[in-house]
Amino acid sequence: MAELCGIVGIGQTKLAAKRVDVSMPGLVREAADRALTDAGLDWRDIDAVVVGKAPDTFEGCMLPELYLADALGAPGKPLLRVHTAGSVGGSTAIVAASLIQAGIHDRVLTVAYEKQSESNAMWGLSISAPFGVAVVAGAGGFFAPLVRGYMRRSGAPDDVGIRVAVKDRLNALRNPYAHLHLADINYQMVEQSPMLWDPIRLLEACPSSDGACAMVLAREKLAKDAPTRPAWVHATAMRSEPTMFAGRDAINPEAGKQAARDLYAKAGITDPRREIDCAEIYVPFSWFEPMWMENLGFAPEGSGWRMTVEGATALDGDLPVNMSGGVLSSNPIGASGMLRFAEAAMQVRGQAGEHQIAGARRALGHAYGGGSQYFSMWIVGSEKP
Amino acid sequence: MADPVKSIVTPIRLEYDYTPGRATSRFLRGIARHCILGQECPKCHKVYVPPRGSCPACAVPTEREVEVRDTGTVVTFSIIRVPSENIHFELPYAAISVLLDGAGIPFFHVVQDIPLDQVRMGLRVRARWVATEALAPTIASIECFVPSGEPDAPWESFREHS
Repeated sequence: MAELCGIVGIGQTKLAAKRVDVSMPGLVREAADRALTDAGLDWRDIDAVVVGKAPDTFEGCMLPELYLADALGAPGKPLLRVHTAGSVGGSTAIVAASLIQAGIHDRVLTVAYEKQSESNAMWGLSISAPFGVAVVAGAGGFFAPLVRGYMRRSGAPDDVGIRVAVKDRLNALRNPYAHLHLADINYQMVEQSPMLWDPIRLLEACPSSDGACAMVLAREKLAKDAPTRPAWVHATAMRSEPTMFAGRDAINPEAGKQAARDLYAKAGITDPRREIDCAEIYVPFSWFEPMWMENLGFAPEGSGWRMTVEGATALDGDLPVNMSGGVLSSNPIGASGMLRFAEAAMQVRGQAGEHQIAGARRALGHAYGGGSQYFSMWIVGSEKP
Repeated sequence: MADPVKSIVTPIRLEYDYTPGRATSRFLRGIARHCILGQECPKCHKVYVPPRGSCPACAVPTEREVEVRDTGTVVTFSIIRVPSENIHFELPYAAISVLLDGAGIPFFHVVQDIPLDQVRMGLRVRARWVATEALAPTIASIECFVPSGEPDAPWESFREHS
């Protein structure tokens, strides 16, 4: 790459079920203002804006990037919207980073959001195509059969999903921005929560959240003088594949494996479990932690669940996963990918407060979307690559 | 000062014309005469049901038409207990991923006439069609799947599809 990209500002809103105190423009503005404040910059310092959110059908707001242009300080500047379903927050950050790396812009603001309280994502995700039958009730209905397939093929104990749910929700108690703060969360509470999409229970599923996340990215020359030390982008990778094709492994998709291999090769990583200090990955349903541990190459196929059971993914484990509480604790869909990327950057900047992993030098941010068909991921570090 | 307006409901309604294309048109016309048509990939020889006119895995057009049976295997499933306004099955119901005999890819439907706690991977099922006079070029011509009474299919026979 021609230019190094540094993350010099990070902002997020309080993630909550309903933010009726702000409009959609107010929500994105809040996150963007915080990112600019963190960067010690002003709107005038921004050269371009890259925004991402989930499909327009969710809030029913067509072309929200037009509606939000002024709130994002975009008049007179390039404004791009990125669109890759649930992974969009991640791919939006990657597009923004590529504008820096390509030497096109000096400083780019990137923002992702969702206002689920104004939306009907369940309707938007329960697609009724003319050649198919509408039976998949929301994302849970689509992913539950895959979780069942994973349980069968891996032979994992039935309660791995419960353990992940407890871990991530305990982590969320350390994150003031997280939506769900369930102070009394425990194993029995998750186990006894209602089955929604068997085998996925209520407390093994993500909530619906309002929220936005923003980052300011800058080229090396400008990033090195930032008031808080930047996180440096070491590598980015994106891949996609069709939702359905004969022979597709939807549980361990090839696109995710390819993206991870590409990412590690670019970052010079040969042993990801040893060389990465912590990972913030997209786990909207608890069983996706072990599934993605395998897909990302942290564990051999069929044994990702062992990392959960052995505590490797806990805050004090050898590869802490979802330190912020993850998607299981907050899911403003469009922003969820960027929150993962931002958490990785916060960790290597030492900004993660009560959920900081001591001495984190290299972190992975990961997002997926669609029918496990879009993957975006980055590795950020406290040192230049 | 009056209470601020914090939210208003603004319904939208969308209605689309849909052009299914050649492959799906033939599939839908087949359904209207009680016949499930797939297309075989000339490279991987897997049969797409419903057909889309190409094999994304091999990046080639699929032209050879193959009739598949209306019996199949439940390769994975979920018991759905969450309402969604555009889904018309009574809750709870068993959403299945069903691999028809002769097909190389499963699709989603529901299985009925079986207690929900007996729905399982490997269950053999057959299509229950609407009455002949009600057959139409829509997948809704298959009302649901029901157990066929055959012994379960072994895991190895459908592992790659679940």
